[in-house]
Amino acid sequence: MTAIILRNGLVVGSHTVSSGDVLIEDGRVSAVGPALDAPLGTHEVDASGCWIGPGLVDLHVHLREPGREAAENVESGARAGAMGGFTALVAMPNTEPALDNVALVAYVLERGERTGLDVAVAGAITQGRRGELLAPMAEMAALGVRLFTDDGVGVQDPSMMRRALTYARPLGVRLAQHCEDEALAGAGSMNEGSTSSRLGLIGRPALAEELMVMRDIELVRLTGGSLHFLHLSTRRSIAMVAAARREGLDVTCEVAPHHFTLDERACEGFDPLFKVHPPLRTRDDVAALREGLLDGTVDAVATDHAPHAPELKDLAFDEAPAGMLGLEHSAALTFEALGGANADPLVFFALLSRGPARVAQLRASDLRVRHSAHGGAIVAGEDANLVVFDPSARWTVRRDELHGRSTNTPYDGRELLGRVRATIARGRLVVEDGALT
Amino acid sequence: MTNSIRGANLLTLDGLSRDAIIDVLDTAESFVEVNRRSVKKVPALKGRVVASLFYEESTRTRLSFETAAKRLSADVLSLAVASSSVKKGESLRDTISTIDALGIDAVVLRHQSSGAALQVSRYVPHVRVINAGDGLHQHPTQGLLDAFTVRQVLSERHGTSGLESGAELFAGLRVLIVGDVRHSRVARSDIAAYVTLGCTVRVAAPGTLLPGDIEHWPVEVVDDVDEALAWADVVSLLRLQRERGSGAFVPSLSEFTFTHGLTLERSAHLRSGALIMHPGPMNRGVEIDSRVADSSAAVIERQVTNGVPIRMAVLYLTIAGRHGEDE
Repeated sequence: MTAIILRNGLVVGSHTVSSGDVLIEDGRVSAVGPALDAPLGTHEVDASGCWIGPGLVDLHVHLREPGREAAENVESGARAGAMGGFTALVAMPNTEPALDNVALVAYVLERGERTGLDVAVAGAITQGRRGELLAPMAEMAALGVRLFTDDGVGVQDPSMMRRALTYARPLGVRLAQHCEDEALAGAGSMNEGSTSSRLGLIGRPALAEELMVMRDIELVRLTGGSLHFLHLSTRRSIAMVAAARREGLDVTCEVAPHHFTLDERACEGFDPLFKVHPPLRTRDDVAALREGLLDGTVDAVATDHAPHAPELKDLAFDEAPAGMLGLEHSAALTFEALGGANADPLVFFALLSRGPARVAQLRASDLRVRHSAHGGAIVAGEDANLVVFDPSARWTVRRDELHGRSTNTPYDGRELLGRVRATIARGRLVVEDGALT
Repeated sequence: MTNSIRGANLLTLDGLSRDAIIDVLDTAESFVEVNRRSVKKVPALKGRVVASLFYEESTRTRLSFETAAKRLSADVLSLAVASSSVKKGESLRDTISTIDALGIDAVVLRHQSSGAALQVSRYVPHVRVINAGDGLHQHPTQGLLDAFTVRQVLSERHGTSGLESGAELFAGLRVLIVGDVRHSRVARSDIAAYVTLGCTVRVAAPGTLLPGDIEHWPVEVVDDVDEALAWADVVSLLRLQRERGSGAFVPSLSEFTFTHGLTLERSAHLRSGALIMHPGPMNRGVEIDSRVADSSAAVIERQVTNGVPIRMAVLYLTIAGRHGEDE
């Protein structure tokens, strides 16, 4: 394994930042400091003007394998992830069939092992994600699964959710919920409000999300369980999670870049690229999510990267599937939301790496496949999962220049500030000068 | 505000200016005469091709559009898409591209999904798109023909013509819309047209059939139907969209008739001279009593008749409007 040295960057630790170099040898950080000596043959990366931080972690990606490989597969998703600065991805289980048993989980883990990144799997809470019978969580946990969710939909039945929280507790795993009460939201295709009313589109009310957040907070209180709220999108959802946490309940939450950069008005052109569940909300919700990023309520930014084959986004708005791409622009959108040039690198890496790594429990492990540690300190001896982020680079999103298999980005043509210059995953340089190696 | 549909698409009445609406009504007046001739045809769109693409069954709108196109001497390609495109496995984009490949000037689109007409206009920007009803969103030609009918009938009563009336008689005209506003594209188009033309619009419906944000609409909500009937110059009834599941929003059809149906008893509250309108097809005995529908106050057949000149005007203005002599 070639040694790598990242020169003259701003090294972003857990609590402090310092200028200097980072030397990587044999898959680990071997030295950190100013003007390091590097062995002969070390590959040098100029990081001047850049942040050197822990590799980004995405808690929420749809890699579509198995079942919908035309839209994405583990390998193509990992490529897009590397371009976005990610060194670890958590694959969601709403594949076809769903990842609800050991064989399928092992399959995706092994597919992941062939990529340059660490690909973890979130298992289904219930068999087939149907919300009726518990999936074998203990067996999947033995393979290293630490997060379980029926994402795509939430567990609708409160008694099933209660049982799942109780069952999961001694396993040391965390459940994750897609909060939308389908009875309230099911028929809708965008946020319910004046825009949906004028457009004649049936709405998915904020209440559909908030009722389930409220319900699940009470179920966590009742069971003593651990729960992660996926892609929260409303002001009240964020406030409820903040309050629950103050009471000492073990709840965490993520928000998705599209929910803090776009609002419901994006749907006015009936372009299915802007259709997503939960839907794009109001300007006030966008503001609340941004506040949550800054005040520590939000544990993680997670993309909900949801590739769809192009023909599916050529359907009518209410007939098209929900979901949009996220991996390649998440870092820049988060950077902008945190204030752009004024963004605090500690907060940036807390949201994109350290927070999500903690929620997903991404520790070094050697169960079904070997995974390295993510989101840690940048000190000698740590696994080398790192990103070099250039906070002053401007670039324009081009749907045809993305690296996954699908092109359903809502940001085509948008100029962004902040770009991933290099990604070092498991000690290897997988992205250099903004391109795959 | 869009100031004219000439050479443009007609996707919605929301945001269309008063002048643009009057332009369509006035153009339609000139086509009324064509429909009275023994040879009902003018060469205005000779050599032009109009595709009529109906994803939803609608005999009257389809016939009305196709008749209008033929009276303008356009060639009509008529495609009935029986079931949803999803079931056939073809995307909206592919279907429209296929038709476009045959060489068309305009497409008249009826679709069960809101926004479909706007989407199609993006896929084939060189083709004029006329929305013949999209989901719960808009039904622009219905809104136009309703306004046209009101102007025509009231002008006749004043011994003048619609053309001479212009927009004047709409000022302060009291329009009451009754029924399933929530699920009605006709209501959205009618309200846009009437409000832009200067009418005062009230709506009456069971709470569940009103849009959730009705307080933001440029209308007044009335709870007492009888009182509203006594107020209105024009009463526009909406079809209870049973096929769209609106049935589940009220306990029963008979309960809807009890609270909001224009029954014979309730029609006694109507002002003399008030017009009763319905976009059709009617649920007789549900939103309107048969005897009321057949009374002299009802101008429902006029609405159907006027569909043709309005659609002739819309086809003419959108397709040939840029080269029109008025420009």
